[in-house]
Amino acid sequence: MSSSIAIKVENLSKMYRLGQVGTGTLSHDLKRWWALTRGKEDPYLKIGQVNKRSEKGDSQYTWALKDISFQVNQGDVLGIVGSNGAGKSTLLKLLSRVTSPTEGRVKVKGRIASLLEVGTGFHPEMTGRENIYMNGAILGMSRHEIKRKFDDIVEFAGIAKYTETPVKRYSSGMYVRLAFAVAAHLESEILIVDEVLAVGDMEFQKKCLSKMNDISHNDGRTVLFVSHNLPSVQALCNRAISLEFGQKRMEGDTADVIADYLKKNKGGDAVKWNGRSEAEVAGKLAYFSDISLHSQFDNNIQMGDDIVLNIGVTLTDDIQGVMLRIMLHDSNEQLITSLFSLDFGTDLKLKKGYNSTRITVKKPNLLPGDYKISLSVLYNYGSQVYDTINDCITFTMLVADVTGTGVPFLSDRGKMWFDTEFVNLNA
Amino acid sequence: MTERSAAEEQKWDLIIGEQGKFFSLNLRDIWRFRDLLVMFVKRDIVTVYKQTILGPIWFVIQPIFTSLTYMIIFTRMAKIGTDEISPILFYLAGVTMWNYFSETLNVTSKTFIENASIFGKVYFPRVIIPLSKIISGLIKYLIQFALFLIVLAYNFIVKGNVHPNAAVLLLPVLLLLMAFMSFGIGLIITSMTTKYRDLTFLITFGISLFMYLTPVIYPASKFANYRYILNLNPLTSIFETFKYGFLGKGEFNIMWLGYTALFTLVVTVYGMAVFNKIEKKFIDTV
Repeated sequence: MSSSIAIKVENLSKMYRLGQVGTGTLSHDLKRWWALTRGKEDPYLKIGQVNKRSEKGDSQYTWALKDISFQVNQGDVLGIVGSNGAGKSTLLKLLSRVTSPTEGRVKVKGRIASLLEVGTGFHPEMTGRENIYMNGAILGMSRHEIKRKFDDIVEFAGIAKYTETPVKRYSSGMYVRLAFAVAAHLESEILIVDEVLAVGDMEFQKKCLSKMNDISHNDGRTVLFVSHNLPSVQALCNRAISLEFGQKRMEGDTADVIADYLKKNKGGDAVKWNGRSEAEVAGKLAYFSDISLHSQFDNNIQMGDDIVLNIGVTLTDDIQGVMLRIMLHDSNEQLITSLFSLDFGTDLKLKKGYNSTRITVKKPNLLPGDYKISLSVLYNYGSQVYDTINDCITFTMLVADVTGTGVPFLSDRGKMWFDTEFVNLNA
Repeated sequence: MTERSAAEEQKWDLIIGEQGKFFSLNLRDIWRFRDLLVMFVKRDIVTVYKQTILGPIWFVIQPIFTSLTYMIIFTRMAKIGTDEISPILFYLAGVTMWNYFSETLNVTSKTFIENASIFGKVYFPRVIIPLSKIISGLIKYLIQFALFLIVLAYNFIVKGNVHPNAAVLLLPVLLLLMAFMSFGIGLIITSMTTKYRDLTFLITFGISLFMYLTPVIYPASKFANYRYILNLNPLTSIFETFKYGFLGKGEFNIMWLGYTALFTLVVTVYGMAVFNKIEKKFIDTV
C-alpha cells in the first residue's frame, strides 16, 4: 500500500425538495419540528425514492444522491460520469462544501479546492491584477502564494499587456483564460474540476488538459474530474465511477466503467433537431421536419459503430428526383466528406407529404473528436437546393479498441484511420 | 489493515457532514481566509467609485447633502430643535452614525441572497462576507468622521458652543457595539430570508422607519416624558453617549449603555448560531 487515502466517502446521501421551494415550507417546518420534539423521525425523510426523473413519484422529496460510498487514493485522477441528473453535480457540491449532505459523511485529507466554475468572484471593474488576487483568495490561496505565482499565471493566460486593465474591457477569451490560469495554479492537494474545460478555443482547451495531466502525474495530486466529454475522461483519468439515478453504478478502471456505461445506454434517439417554425419553411418545396441521431448517450458515438440518422422530410408538391445529401465537418470546419443519396444508386422516391427516412453511415473511419453533420434536400445534385440545415447535429466520436489490439487510438492522430497492413517482406 | 485504518482515522483534515456545535466561531477557518477578508474589504471600498471623477470624495459629499436636507426639513420647516447645537453639526453626527448602522444592517441582511451565485460555486467561511461589510463600513464611517471632526473643530474654536469631554474616549466602544448589533441582526435576518423571502421587502422599509425611533434627527431630550420607551431602543444610548461626548449635549447613562452591550452580545451570539446552521444548506432553498 504505497498510496494513502485522500478522500473517503461514506454513505453519502442528499435529499432535495421538489417543486416550488417557498410555498408551504412553513407548514412543513412546523410538522418536522413537531415530530422531532416528540422524538420521532423526520416525517419527510422516510419517503425517499430513487431519483428517476422520467417516472413521476408521489413524494415531494427526492434523493439526489443515495448511499454513495467510495475512496480516492492520493494521486488518483478519478473521473465521474453519468447522464444528466445522475447526481454528478450534487456530489461535487457536497465535496466542495457548497451544501451539506443529508446523511453520511466525507473524510478528507489535505486541502480541497474546487473549480465548479472559472472566474468566481471576478469583479468587472477591477483590473486583471486585482482579480487574480481576488479569485485566488476565494479559491483558498494566500496572498503570499499568489504573489509567488503571479508571473506564471499571467504568462499562462497570455495577458501580460493587460494586467492593469479592468477585466470588463477584456475579450471573453482573455477573461476565461485568466480565470482558468488562476485555478490551474492552485496548490491544494485535492482538486475538484467540473466541466469548466468546455470553454475557450481548442488550443486553450488542449493547454488546460495538459495542465491537468501535469497536475496529477507530475505533482502527485488528487483530481476529481466530472465531464460529459468521455474522450477527455478517458485521456485523463486512471479510475472512474459512474452514477445512475443518484446511486453508484460502477467503480473501477476508467476503460471498464466507460464501456459498461456505454453498454447500458445503448439505443435511443438521444440527440434531436426539432424542426422550425412554419414561417421559416413557408414557400419551400421540400424541407426537413425533424432530425435525430441514434446514439448511445447524449451525442456520443463509439468508434466502429454506425452513424444512424432518422430524418423526416416534407414535400409540399409531387417532385421527381429529390435526393438527400449528408456532409460531415470536423470541429475546425474542414469538410471531411459530402455524400448524395444518388452516389449509392438510391432513388428515395419521396412523395408529397411527410416522408420518414433513415441515413446510415456504416462504420465511418473517424478518429476520436468532435464532428458536425449538415443535411440538404436537393434536386439533381444541387441544381436546386430546397433546404439545407448546417450543423444540425454535433457528435463526439469516442475511442474504442477497433483494431482489437487492446491499445486504442488515444493521442492526436488526425481525423481518420484506415485498416492498414504493415508487413515485413523479409520475414 | 484495521489497525492502519484506525490510525488513519485520526489524521483527517476535514470531515464533511459532521453535526456542528450549536455555536462555533470557526476561527481557524476564518484565519485561513484572512487574505480573502482583506480582499473583500478592498473591493467594497475601491469599486464603489471607480470611473467617477470625484472618487472617494463622494463618501463625504453624501452625508453633507443629507444633513443639509434634514436642516431644511426638520429645523427650518418642522422646527424641531437641535439642543442649541449648530444644526449642521448635530445632523452630521447623527447621519454619519446612522448611515454606518443602517448600511451595514442592510448589506449583512442580504448576505445569502446577494452572494448566492458565489456561495453556490465555492467554499469559504460564509461569515467572511458580513465581516468584510462591517469593516468596509467602518472605513467609510471613519472618512465621514473626519469631516465631522472638521466641522466640530470649527464650532469649538469659532463659536465655542460645543463642549467635548472625556466621554469621547468611548467612541471605539460605541462603534464596536453598533457594528456588532447590525452584524448580529443582519445575520438573523439573512438566515430567515433564505426560506421566507418576504422579509427582504420589509427590511428596507423597516430600517428607514426605525430611524425615527432613534434620536438621529432629534435630541432625546425632546421626549423627556417617554425616555424609557426611547431608551428601550438599544441604539438610543449609543447616539446619546456620542452626542454627550463630542457635543456636550445628550445623556450618558452607564446602565443603559450596559443594556445596549448586553443586547448586542445576545443578538451577535444568536445570529452567529443561526447563521452557522443555515450556511450549510441554504444553497438548496435560496
